[in-house]
Amino acid sequence: MQDFEAAAHRLFSKVFGAEADLSDINRLSGGASQETWALSGGHFEAILRRAPGGVRPTRPSAAIGLATEAALIRIAGKESLPVAKILHVLTPKDELGEGFVMSRVHGETIARPILRDETFAAARLKLPGECGAALAGIHKIATNTLPDLPSSNGSDQIAQYEDIYRGFDIPHPVFELALTWLKANQPAPIDPVLVHGDFRLGNLIVDEQGLAAILDWELAHLGDPREDLAWICVNSWRFGVTENRVGGFGQLEPMLQAYADAGGAVFSTQEIDWWEMLGTLKWGVMCMIMYEAFRSGADPSVERAAIGRRVSETEIDLINLLEAANA
Amino acid sequence: MHDQPSLAELLQAVKHFIDETASPNLSGHPAFHARVASNVLATALRDLEVRTANESAEAASLKTLLAVSDGRSLDDMNRELCKRIQSGDLTATSHGLIAHLKATTIAQVKTDQPRYSGLKTAES
Repeated sequence: MQDFEAAAHRLFSKVFGAEADLSDINRLSGGASQETWALSGGHFEAILRRAPGGVRPTRPSAAIGLATEAALIRIAGKESLPVAKILHVLTPKDELGEGFVMSRVHGETIARPILRDETFAAARLKLPGECGAALAGIHKIATNTLPDLPSSNGSDQIAQYEDIYRGFDIPHPVFELALTWLKANQPAPIDPVLVHGDFRLGNLIVDEQGLAAILDWELAHLGDPREDLAWICVNSWRFGVTENRVGGFGQLEPMLQAYADAGGAVFSTQEIDWWEMLGTLKWGVMCMIMYEAFRSGADPSVERAAIGRRVSETEIDLINLLEAANA
Repeated sequence: MHDQPSLAELLQAVKHFIDETASPNLSGHPAFHARVASNVLATALRDLEVRTANESAEAASLKTLLAVSDGRSLDDMNRELCKRIQSGDLTATSHGLIAHLKATTIAQVKTDQPRYSGLKTAES
């Protein structure tokens, strides 16, 4: 820890100049797969995002690595998308492992206050349109300007998550039925675009005016734009406000309209239905993966144990979606 | 074996300690984990109370759905159900399948996350 603090002090002066003296280091809660630290001193402040303990974990997910994430955030910033400014990408000399430093964007990331507090009432009204426009902006970025990214479309993801699920050898009949439905009802594939991969409350900074910054690009890949539009509709990401299909704050139609108005393709709600089913199944398998990290001893935290008991939440959502699809 | 305090009482005591003593003295990341720990103990307490009844109800329902004989374990029958769904032998429109999955899942969510919004949707 002393090593960490000393290295963080050196980093702060490197980023802001010799006159900047780091006085406060706070670990921000949330962000289970990466460490996020708020650094401040005088009128300077920044966010350090780095791998846990500075070491890149071996994970079964398709996370792209923090240097690539920083490169994507820079590209998104050039396209005038709401993102933090990348101030520095860590090198071995920094002795802090893998990660980067970015500007601190003020606002809220936690879903509960964003969805419930009066402070964010005006922001909530603007968010569906702003999310639609921001996703159109991400999906429009020319793919030949991007760093190397994994590719993954709908079929790839069905195969990938089915494989992982079968690898655990734990029977989940609801997952089986969802897999069968997904395979039988798959929409035609479309040309791959840059997909954020985890666009939802928790990974968005919202202030009183609306969407302030898009965070957590670690699951970005080349894939189907409908994946992003549907992921934020997955019921787990409505944080209890089920009646508002988009993120718990809005309806799907205004987001799709804003998406098309900002130059995105025109998508039907039925296409989003399919991707929402896939997103829900993926989140269920991801909960199994995170529990496996606990079971195997790789991460003994109570949070990782607890998430195993969130698999059933995705199963009830899949039942609700299957019932609606067969109604 | 002694059961005074019972397993439930022991868990309740730890939960009380976390909620009333530990949590108020924590902030930041440890406070977050303390909240998670308290929720985990609440789940464990519910599980203790309902597991036996839930598992026999699930087994009885599976036995009817699969038309299998007595004596098969819950895990075995669930594996059989998975196989039959995968092969297309049972589909979303098969009599009793969705009803079985829904009842079983509702019981599980009530143990794991009784305030989860999807539960209300399923029960409405």
